Amino acid sequence: MTLLAPEHAVLFAKAFAVTVSVTAAGLVLAVTLALPVALALRSGRMALVLPARLWVELMRGAPLVMLLFLAYYGGPSVGIVLSAPAAGVLGLGLYGAGYFAEIWRLGLDAVPKGEIEAARILGLTRDQTLFHVQIPRALRLVLPPATGQAINLLKESAVLSVITVPELTKTAGEVSNLTFSAVVPYLTAAFLYWVAVEALARSGRAAERRMASVARD
Amino acid sequence: MFTLIAQNWTVLLDGLVMTLIVSGAALLTGCPLGLLLAEAGLSGQRFAGGFARAYGSFWRGTPILVQLLIVFYLPSSFGLAFAPIVAAILALSLNTAAFQAEIYRAGLQAIPKGEIEAARLLGLTRWQILFRIEAPQAFRMVLPALVGEALALVKNSSLVSVIAVTEITRRAQQIASATFRPLEAYSAALLAYLAIAAVLAGAGLLLERRLSRGGRS
Repeated sequence: MTLLAPEHAVLFAKAFAVTVSVTAAGLVLAVTLALPVALALRSGRMALVLPARLWVELMRGAPLVMLLFLAYYGGPSVGIVLSAPAAGVLGLGLYGAGYFAEIWRLGLDAVPKGEIEAARILGLTRDQTLFHVQIPRALRLVLPPATGQAINLLKESAVLSVITVPELTKTAGEVSNLTFSAVVPYLTAAFLYWVAVEALARSGRAAERRMASVARD
Repeated sequence: MFTLIAQNWTVLLDGLVMTLIVSGAALLTGCPLGLLLAEAGLSGQRFAGGFARAYGSFWRGTPILVQLLIVFYLPSSFGLAFAPIVAAILALSLNTAAFQAEIYRAGLQAIPKGEIEAARLLGLTRWQILFRIEAPQAFRMVLPALVGEALALVKNSSLVSVIAVTEITRRAQQIASATFRPLEAYSAALLAYLAIAAVLAGAGLLLERRLSRGGRS
């Protein structure tokens, strides 16, 4: 076993940046897509509830690697050709949306009915109530489970290595081929993931504290 | 897709059985390990508690794919070698133990202190109390979370395909490259995973109803 050479450390730094950016892009996509899915789940209309429920169950029952294979290797058979990072971000986003939809749904359910009624009586339209009252209030409530889910997505992003996205896990494999030693590169990757996970968990807790200290408006 | 399944159903079935063996073995091995870790975490002892925290931090804070590769390659730097299936079950067991520990910890904390004191007064040893009094009750309380963990395990087991364990994902890859029909092959595999998820969810509900009918023993 040898320690990490400087040229390999540079590779890891680049790969870390790739992991952070694909996770961030996947996270934004997931959270955004999840909101309309959650609204559909809560709509009470069968035509909306059914497809939304189907998506959620599909994404929660399927391994991410299967979705990535379908998007990256299966896509071209139906004319959808995506680059590996694009397929990876799309896969992470669709997969994560299944989980975030349930988080949004629970958060929106937990907003007290009185506040919604008050907003409506004050003359806000349904949409205004949704965007100015329900969603901001739900945001605060969903922060702890959303942080946990963001951490899951960060860890799941390692799977993008199997469709050749040059992120941390993929790079660890390449460095291990260069150095003929697998343990140091993979332990390095594990350490970097751990640092990122800790940072996310800590900033989640800090955001929770800050939101809690802001007086209830 | 149906002709593809019809032609390759024995291969897919083979993969399905392997997926069930790997995740089932990991779930069962992870159970006593998780209980011990939960007990260590709650013990209040410095060494045992610290070990449980460090263990959880690594196994819950890094991607399972990286853990799997470390477990697979680590023995080789000591001149040893694990068969892929052994490394797969070991890595999944050590991973699920950390997640099961969190589940059991919540369950164990919910058991009334009076019952444990009563058992101690009746002369039961620590281990008897853990396995006869605490574990059965905690198990009943944590069943829903445990079903969720079993599902996560089945999904995670898709990653052992990267070390060439011939479970569903690996079999689908083989079929895809033999037939040049990745979309159909991966869709078939996806359906297999969804079927397992549905069966698991159903079995969980059934078991829960059965246990709650039995009441507290």
